[in-house]
Amino acid sequence: MNSLLQYLWLIPALPLLAAGLSALLKQRSRTLAASLAIGSMVLAFVLSCAAFVSTLGAHGEAATPHNFVWFTFGEKALRLGWMLDPLTASMLVMVTFVGTLIFIYSVGYMAHDENFTRFFTFLSLFAAAMLGLVIANNLLLLFMCWEVVGLASYLLIGFWYHKPSAAAAAKKAFITTRIGDVGFFLGILWLYAETGTLLFYDQGHGCLETSALTAMVTKTTLLGMGVSTAIALLIFCGAIGKSGQVPLHVWLPDAMEGPTPVSALIHAATMVAAGVFLVARVYPLMAAVPVNAPLANSHSQVAMVRPHPGPLPQEREKPAATAEISKPVETSAASPVKTDGGAGAVVQQIAEARADVLPLPGGEGRGEGERSSHHAPVSTALQAVTWIGAITAVFAALVAVAQTDIKRILAYSTVSQLGFMFMGLGTGGVAVGMFHLLTHAFFKALLFLGAGSVIHGCHEEQDIRRMGGLRKLLPVTFATYAVGMMALSGVPLFFSGFWSKDEILHAAWLWEPSKWPFALGLFGAFLTAFYMTRQMWFVFFSPRSSRREETHTSHEPHESPRVMTVPLAVLAVCAVLLSVFGTPLWPWFHSYLGGHGAHPEFSGIPSDTLLIMLVSALVALGGIGLAWRFYSRRPAQRAEDPDPLEALHPETFALLRGKFFIDELYEMSVIRGNAGCARAARWLDDIVWNGVVMAVLYLVLGLSWLNRFFDEFVVNLGFDQGCGGLRSGARLLSVWQNGQVQRYLRVIALGLTVFALIFIWGCGR
Amino acid sequence: MTPLHHYLILSALLFSIGLAGALTRRNAILVLIGIELMLNAANLNFIAFWRYGAHPEALTGVMFVIFSIGLAAAEAAVGLALIIAIYRHRKTTNVDEVNSMKG
Repeated sequence: MNSLLQYLWLIPALPLLAAGLSALLKQRSRTLAASLAIGSMVLAFVLSCAAFVSTLGAHGEAATPHNFVWFTFGEKALRLGWMLDPLTASMLVMVTFVGTLIFIYSVGYMAHDENFTRFFTFLSLFAAAMLGLVIANNLLLLFMCWEVVGLASYLLIGFWYHKPSAAAAAKKAFITTRIGDVGFFLGILWLYAETGTLLFYDQGHGCLETSALTAMVTKTTLLGMGVSTAIALLIFCGAIGKSGQVPLHVWLPDAMEGPTPVSALIHAATMVAAGVFLVARVYPLMAAVPVNAPLANSHSQVAMVRPHPGPLPQEREKPAATAEISKPVETSAASPVKTDGGAGAVVQQIAEARADVLPLPGGEGRGEGERSSHHAPVSTALQAVTWIGAITAVFAALVAVAQTDIKRILAYSTVSQLGFMFMGLGTGGVAVGMFHLLTHAFFKALLFLGAGSVIHGCHEEQDIRRMGGLRKLLPVTFATYAVGMMALSGVPLFFSGFWSKDEILHAAWLWEPSKWPFALGLFGAFLTAFYMTRQMWFVFFSPRSSRREETHTSHEPHESPRVMTVPLAVLAVCAVLLSVFGTPLWPWFHSYLGGHGAHPEFSGIPSDTLLIMLVSALVALGGIGLAWRFYSRRPAQRAEDPDPLEALHPETFALLRGKFFIDELYEMSVIRGNAGCARAARWLDDIVWNGVVMAVLYLVLGLSWLNRFFDEFVVNLGFDQGCGGLRSGARLLSVWQNGQVQRYLRVIALGLTVFALIFIWGCGR
Repeated sequence: MTPLHHYLILSALLFSIGLAGALTRRNAILVLIGIELMLNAANLNFIAFWRYGAHPEALTGVMFVIFSIGLAAAEAAVGLALIIAIYRHRKTTNVDEVNSMKG
């Protein structure tokens, strides 16, 4: 394990090497570029699997970091490092596996593109940065990789930069995520100022470990907010930007201007999930709560003393790995009336020692009897995460209902699902959110690749109203797409999306501060099923003959080549099989991520889990059935026909189709404000500052005129005459100095002779 | 033993030759050689007066001359360097043409 840890850097280094090499290749050497990229990804996948297997044996073990000094700066040494824990390992396997499949798919999809080599260079660069982000044990290293990932995303969205819309979308994505990153960077700086280190784990000195967290939690800053809360919120800003959450979601749908494999890899499966991963990585910071907080945290204080609503489901006893931490919590929790602020505060670290990274998901992992009588207070940061996630989940799902571009629907669906993940993180802990991240990565990559196959087959047509009846023409695509659609909609029992979404809903149901996220999540799930069925119907089922004459292409749609359909099939199989690992019956993934080893015992399903499952299954099936009834009842004859929903309520539909006019709102407020500021600045520059400068200029000019007048007619007149006399005298004398060295010598010799003669004459007398 | 005035005549001759060379030659290097001759005439005088002087055991004349030779070497080095620099700058070593330092 240790030697493996030492060579963990190879996983990001291999794609980086491939990127560097293929950057030097000629445009023509396509095969070499593709095989370099795919080969490096396959190797990285093998290494990731080895790393994954090595973490399987770990039992309740803390993260194993490998730190080294990057450079010393005065007294301080900046240390970077990487680490291997279940969270990292599962992300590594997911990224490399999905990445490999998408790379292979890209060979087919980009076959006709002349910049094939450049495409694979960027893809490899992206993979390297993403893998680096995953293994980083230092917030600064993570941030650097985070920015490189953003750069790769920018380059790939703008891959067809000759399209103005693509160039604009690339710029929009880059700038919007930068807005979040400003907050992230401020959070990093603040964290460094508070703890003096950016390493996550460093044998007790890392910034996510007990001592640093205790120090941060006890300090308060503005509005009585804990320093840890403020830092966590700032870091969450970065996650909002990267993961396209409200209000910074606007870039993600536009990012679909890039090639479809890019949308699948970067803007569905991996990069946008980096925000979720970030929150999961700094989860101890997010969850840190002072037990005796001053007034601002009274909310969570109330939540803490409230008795537990019911028996904890799934009472799987876990080794009390956090006993030494939980004891002080208990003692101060016994007297919660104390409100003297920071002095007596004790950290309640939900995720410390990584033994119970999963605080609330159906109660598992927190089965310690001594604590079961109280609910832990929910930190402000996690509340923010939950609310943002829940609002985004519903908001984006609503917008997706009214879109007509096949990729745009999927993009809004991604935004919505990312909202679900954040909701899972906020309410249920790392395992709940991460499980949805992993299952979503598989089925959303599948859906995007399927959409790419449809677009490819339909000759670059993206409007779902102009498609139809593709079920028979693209059978493989149809079958795999259907699997992805059912996984996303949460069709019960056989699809991974059902289990992961169910778990989030379950965690939201048990969430103490509010039941609203649960309701929003349920509504979001219903909408998800609805819009996916709508899309399926339009693309694959609606009668084709009625609209064929409107499509201007003369060719019939065709099935994609094998190199594209095989990855689809593999992903479809994964989207189904992955459900095995996360069912409530055998929650392998949760106990693995919680560091409890990979062998949890089977357990019965408690009744309220069953109830939630039933409800969410009904909701999903209801959404599908309703959409099916709605759209198949009266198929549209022409592409321009109004959507049946539009006929039902035109105003609402226009609002949804216009994406709630958020883009226009930003255009009106931020962008116009920015332009106004720029214009004001220019006016200030042109009129005010330039005026001041010009005034000074003319003042100086006038003064110098005066000065010159005085100089010429007062000072110079007398001086010139003196100088003239001096000059004529000097001219007279300068005859003696004519530059002829030998004349000088002659004069000296003459003088010497005269001197000698006088001397002789004097002596002779 | 050769009387003193023979040495003095020799040194006076040497000096005159050196002076003539320094005054008449156009080439700066030859002017420098003339100066060196005059310097050596002076050295010869030093040795002669020391040898025939009141305290020949004190080695004062030899010391003087050794210093003087050392100085002459340094002066020759500086002089040649100056001449090379002038040559590089003006493509000539003719001292008549190098007269820009006039009033």
